[in-house]
Amino acid sequence: MEKFERHRGVAAPILRPNVDTDAIIPSREMKRVSKLGLGEGLFAGWRYREIGGRAVNPDFVLNQPAYANTSILLSGPNFGCGSSREHAVWALKEFGIRAVIAPGFGAIFANNCIRNGLLPLVLAEQDIAAVAAWVAQAPQDHQLLIDLPGQDVEADGVRYSFEIEAGAKRMLVEGLDAIALTQTHWPLIERFHAGRKEKYPWVY
Amino acid sequence: MAATLFEKLWREHLVESSGDGEDLIYIDRIFLHERTGSIALSSLQADGRKVFCPEHVFCVMDHIVDTYPDRTDNTTMPSGRDFIVATREGARQAGLTLFDLDDPRQGIVHVVSPEQGIVQPGLTLVCPDSHTCTQGALGALAWGIGSSEAEHALVTKTLRVKRPRTMRVRFEGQLAPGVSAKDMILHLIGRYGAAGAAGYAVEFAGSAVDGLGIEGRMTLCNMAVEFSAFTGLVAPDEKTIEYLRGRPFAPGGEHWARAEAYWRTLVSDPDAVFDRELLVDCSTLEPQVTWGTSPQHSVAITESVPSPRDDAGRPELERALAYIGLAEGARLEGTAIDCAFIGSCTNARITDLRLAAEILRGRKVAAGVRAICVPGSMRVKAQAEVEGLDKVFTDAGFEWRASGCSMCFYAGGEHFGERQRVISTTNRNFESRQGPQTRTHLASPATVAASAIAGAIADPRKHLQRSIT
Ligand code: SF4
Repeated sequence: MEKFERHRGVAAPILRPNVDTDAIIPSREMKRVSKLGLGEGLFAGWRYREIGGRAVNPDFVLNQPAYANTSILLSGPNFGCGSSREHAVWALKEFGIRAVIAPGFGAIFANNCIRNGLLPLVLAEQDIAAVAAWVAQAPQDHQLLIDLPGQDVEADGVRYSFEIEAGAKRMLVEGLDAIALTQTHWPLIERFHAGRKEKYPWVY
Repeated sequence: MAATLFEKLWREHLVESSGDGEDLIYIDRIFLHERTGSIALSSLQADGRKVFCPEHVFCVMDHIVDTYPDRTDNTTMPSGRDFIVATREGARQAGLTLFDLDDPRQGIVHVVSPEQGIVQPGLTLVCPDSHTCTQGALGALAWGIGSSEAEHALVTKTLRVKRPRTMRVRFEGQLAPGVSAKDMILHLIGRYGAAGAAGYAVEFAGSAVDGLGIEGRMTLCNMAVEFSAFTGLVAPDEKTIEYLRGRPFAPGGEHWARAEAYWRTLVSDPDAVFDRELLVDCSTLEPQVTWGTSPQHSVAITESVPSPRDDAGRPELERALAYIGLAEGARLEGTAIDCAFIGSCTNARITDLRLAAEILRGRKVAAGVRAICVPGSMRVKAQAEVEGLDKVFTDAGFEWRASGCSMCFYAGGEHFGERQRVISTTNRNFESRQGPQTRTHLASPATVAASAIAGAIADPRKHLQRSIT
């Protein structure tokens, strides 16, 4: 998995609450049994003029030249709520998004991010508003610098520190494969499995 | 030490506490469906990894299958066939139990699992589907995951999970006729917000929950994810035990007594402490309906579209109202509808259909309203047909379908149409969830049935009071 240590990039605001995974990638854009080819469908309902079409809606932030090469999103509370579709994360990644900054995330979405090297970064709503206002002055020049090992984001000379679970942080910074990591505990799992079989025989 | 039900379940499944915020949790059962399970199975195969304990993994076709009576692998959703074929092939190769398209047990995953007795009190169950929390209604720890997590669970029979905090929501008092579990959960989310339970596992308790049947409890737990909860839970009781007795995958023979004795221990201790407690009075609860594009946009059916609490809420309100085509202060009752939908893992079980049929019996859907009923499983459908409910629905003017998720969500196939106003027993009123630009109002089966007859959003209580007395 791609490691996440430090990242500098253009940030784009989608400052509304409850951006759900249906909005991040509509189900109709999940056309194949594949994790690839989803970037095109990212925010399809907002990004294009018509359902299923590809004519761009110039009003949508990611279509504006000022926000070209966006790699960080700024959003409102409960980003990624709704459907568990991991396609939302795969679409964001393929589009080039490395981190989403929001006051809170849908739990399944946040987990999916961590399993795919995308950073769900929690900041207070008013801090995000301040960062977005600064970014808006000159999005290409006013880039954010995220330092995951140091747990802070730098914007306008201010360092905003953020919290992240140690396990999730390690997974991202080291780019670990969760399955391989868990498999190192195999004897423990097998013992646990055998113990449960004995205790609750009707389950097995 | 006194423990909550959630803590007991967690403790029983804790393989290892890493100390870095993530616990390694043992998983008893895994369910997959063709929409997201297909990806998990195919990428597992590509990585050369194997399923540990395939006998504990179940698969169903529900999300993108058609619900027309003569359906085949070909779907109205373009390329749907690929998902169906990949799932079937993946399940066969891995040796999983599959409820295929033509299986009489086929249906929506969260309906099939309890119906077959696959989910049981005290088990952990995961599925790459956010509404897996539905199954917490039986006292299991069940939650939705992503596809990568599903692979992890398939291969290692464990998941790394951040332990949520605990919340108890006590619903007290007796529900009025025409008010049901759907109204309870919509009201809760309307009052505390769509992120109200973020970071919590929520136990639903109190006299109103005790009074609900198992299916009503499933409706309640189904929308725990709309409340941003890690999962919803109801402690098993006599009703749970009776519900499971004799189900195909439930414990049989000499196992039953042991299982039953264990299930009875699965309650929160009287002096257990929750991180947060909420109390909802159900005695005055009215039928609820949503006016906007988030489940938190819900009010009593007698109310109007509210004004935002503060200026910060105004952009969200305006956006939602522009989408839904209503004005601030508009009355919900009496708002004309184009379609009525009874279906989904929230409200398409037999008790839901009975309730709707009670209102529809001898009546007709209003002219110009398209009304559809999609039973939650083929077994629900068969049971309804035994009871003659299908006749009630079709006589009233409803389409009567085969089971599946159908138009609960739009996958690129069938949909309700642009700017069509739908009153729906589903769980999400997100923008374009039920079709491009489709306007969804969430409500209970009773409210949907009453509205279908009226041709406008309507209060079901008039009908039910009459038919009960
Ligand atoms: S019925 Fe709707 S909410 Fe339930 S599993 Fe299917 S798509 Fe998801």
